[in-house]
Amino acid sequence: MARRSRTKTPIAEQDPAIRKSNFDEVCLGYTIEEGQAEAIRCLQCKNAPCVTSCPVMIDIPGFILSIKEGDMQEAVDILGKYTNLPAICGRVCPQEKQCEQVCKLGMNKNFEPVAIGKLERLVADWALENQAFSKHIQNNEPKNGRIAVIGSGPSGLTVAGDLAKRNYEVIVYEALHDSGGVLIYGIPEFRLPKRIVKKEIEKIEALGVTIETNVVVGKTITMDEIIDEFDACYISVGAGAPNFMEIPGTALNGVYSSSEYLTRINLMHSYEFPKYDTPMKRSNHVVVVGGGNVAMDAARSAKRLGAEHVSIVYRRSLEELPARIEEYHHSVEEDIDYHWLTNPIEYINNGAGELKGVKCVKMELDEPDESGRRRPVPIKNSEFIIEADTVIEAIGQGSNKVLLTTFPELKLTKWGYIEADPKTGTTSIPGVFAGGDIVTGAATVILAMGAGKVAAVEIDRYVRGKKNTPVTTKSLRKDKR
Amino acid sequence: MHKISKSKQLSENEYDFWINAPLIASKAKPGQFVILRINEIGERIPLTIADADDSSGNIRLVFQVIGKTTAELGKLTTGDTILDLTGPLGMPTEIKKYGTVMIAGGGVGIAAILPIVKGLKNAGNRVITILGAKTAELVILQKECREYSDELIIATDDGTLGMKGLVTAAMEHVINKETVHCCWAIGPSMMMKFCTLTATKHEVPIFVSLNPIMIDGTGMCGGCRVTIDGSIKFACVDGPEFKGTEVNWDEFISRMKQYKTEEETCLAGYQKAQVINRG
Repeated sequence: MARRSRTKTPIAEQDPAIRKSNFDEVCLGYTIEEGQAEAIRCLQCKNAPCVTSCPVMIDIPGFILSIKEGDMQEAVDILGKYTNLPAICGRVCPQEKQCEQVCKLGMNKNFEPVAIGKLERLVADWALENQAFSKHIQNNEPKNGRIAVIGSGPSGLTVAGDLAKRNYEVIVYEALHDSGGVLIYGIPEFRLPKRIVKKEIEKIEALGVTIETNVVVGKTITMDEIIDEFDACYISVGAGAPNFMEIPGTALNGVYSSSEYLTRINLMHSYEFPKYDTPMKRSNHVVVVGGGNVAMDAARSAKRLGAEHVSIVYRRSLEELPARIEEYHHSVEEDIDYHWLTNPIEYINNGAGELKGVKCVKMELDEPDESGRRRPVPIKNSEFIIEADTVIEAIGQGSNKVLLTTFPELKLTKWGYIEADPKTGTTSIPGVFAGGDIVTGAATVILAMGAGKVAAVEIDRYVRGKKNTPVTTKSLRKDKR
Repeated sequence: MHKISKSKQLSENEYDFWINAPLIASKAKPGQFVILRINEIGERIPLTIADADDSSGNIRLVFQVIGKTTAELGKLTTGDTILDLTGPLGMPTEIKKYGTVMIAGGGVGIAAILPIVKGLKNAGNRVITILGAKTAELVILQKECREYSDELIIATDDGTLGMKGLVTAAMEHVINKETVHCCWAIGPSMMMKFCTLTATKHEVPIFVSLNPIMIDGTGMCGGCRVTIDGSIKFACVDGPEFKGTEVNWDEFISRMKQYKTEEETCLAGYQKAQVINRG
């Protein structure tokens, strides 16, 4: 123990003063030498607790040992057995609540856990740089079946990748013009560069997966057609419908959902307007409502767009903040202010239909509720106004009803999510599987991937059980080359 | 990629395209729209599906040049391609037998009423169509509208064609002479607002098709939100058709102007580049 560093090997980051005006990645990642220095800290536990607290059960000591020994290719191969999107998970997983939380090294007094996420990222980035992967060459081997995946977010991509590896013909249908779901429209460039997402997706396509963009299932093609033409399908459409607080003034110009704000920036590149056509307003005083990662992303994006003053209004306190602690620290370094125990009650009109301020009320914490968190209640006569020309509500999302309303046979929960067995992904309809946020409500990338891994195994079992004769390949779409 | 299989200029600023999109053509119903993006740096804009032909796999889009994207689109011609086309989106018009129906289209909104006129006629209604525009040359798609209408009234602001005046005057004229069971109005927001007032005065139910700012068009951002009967609705998935009487018009009209400055910057930049390109 004596020779192990107590703290994580430091990692290079862009200086806050510089990065708050650009969209480049904040964390620059380990060099191989730094990675090896960090890998040495791993205790190589038998029955390592980090493995069981990873939703896809990566052999963490295994790949870290390979780094330590300088065999990057072996580390890549080990990761590849468990995850299809390591460069993404290494960046956006809340490791402090998963693998790193139970790291035995970190359990020792005054010791930080091994930087598992940063090491995963190192290996994945090395692979993207150094490993050649070519487009899949169609073999003549009969496929085990045809599977439709609806939604190309992390859950859908995982199912698609895993089933392609099991020799299935997989077609992924995506409503937007780019694939990746929240990875492409939600999480900003400075946390997750889009070239990384695109490369990871190319890797999945190289396995033989076809991604059809601009297809809204329920509209462009129906669930009946999917059920007719495929042996099974996986619904992973996420929880992408924004909630609004519905307080007075919600319709004012300058009031955004975080989904709209981030979609404009990330998917449509409005931060590069007018080089790109999608406009974004210039703001001076921005208020973001909420305390999750999405709120952090929106606030930090607003700062990068040149807003003079950005503050986050959160109805609980720092202790309850659901955002990743690393991102909270980054936001503070970038001059984002916090109004703790505060809730907006009205958006104020400047007389021309535009926002001029956010009327808030101070909150105090009552007894814990069913979720175990202390319930915030407003304090009487504590109203005050924050000057703002832009407000972004990041208070969570619900299930998008477009597909579900056209498929009434599918059983939903009382919250409007799909009722699916978390152990298998099976729904009320045989052959229709579901996973990710459309089952759990808004959660994390890695949980969505975990659900995808489980479902891929079950889909394979289901299709093998259903039939023994292989099918021929034919494309459902008429208008794609 | 979607190929423009036919293109025609209808007026100085209005264009009529048939675009190859078999999946959309096979599903499109009256009242629905598409989102399109011309190229990699483009924005996503909504356009109503004016017609669809399943056998050839084409959809028809009629648009007016009002900003950069439509200006750029207007420069395209037969054989050119559009990068992204998504649809059909939104809820279709409720096509059924109402009895006598009146459908008013204003300006480029005439293209949006065409499939509704056609649908309602085929459903056995007596169809009275009103086409309104500033001047005669802007009264587009007359022949097609006439084909599916029992009566066709044209109103121009300057009186160069048909009656002189606004579509609301034509609506009054129809309502005074016969019983109308239901009506539709599609066009500029001011026109739809005043058509709603006219219909309501005579207690005729009215549907309008809202055209707010949209980004994805699939219900995931709320950019197109409108207040309908006091609650928030997303025009892209809950609409675009709503009862005219339930729309909060002032709010809707105010939200349409959100990006006016940015839109002007973008168009000016594009026009400047066009001039430079032409030397």
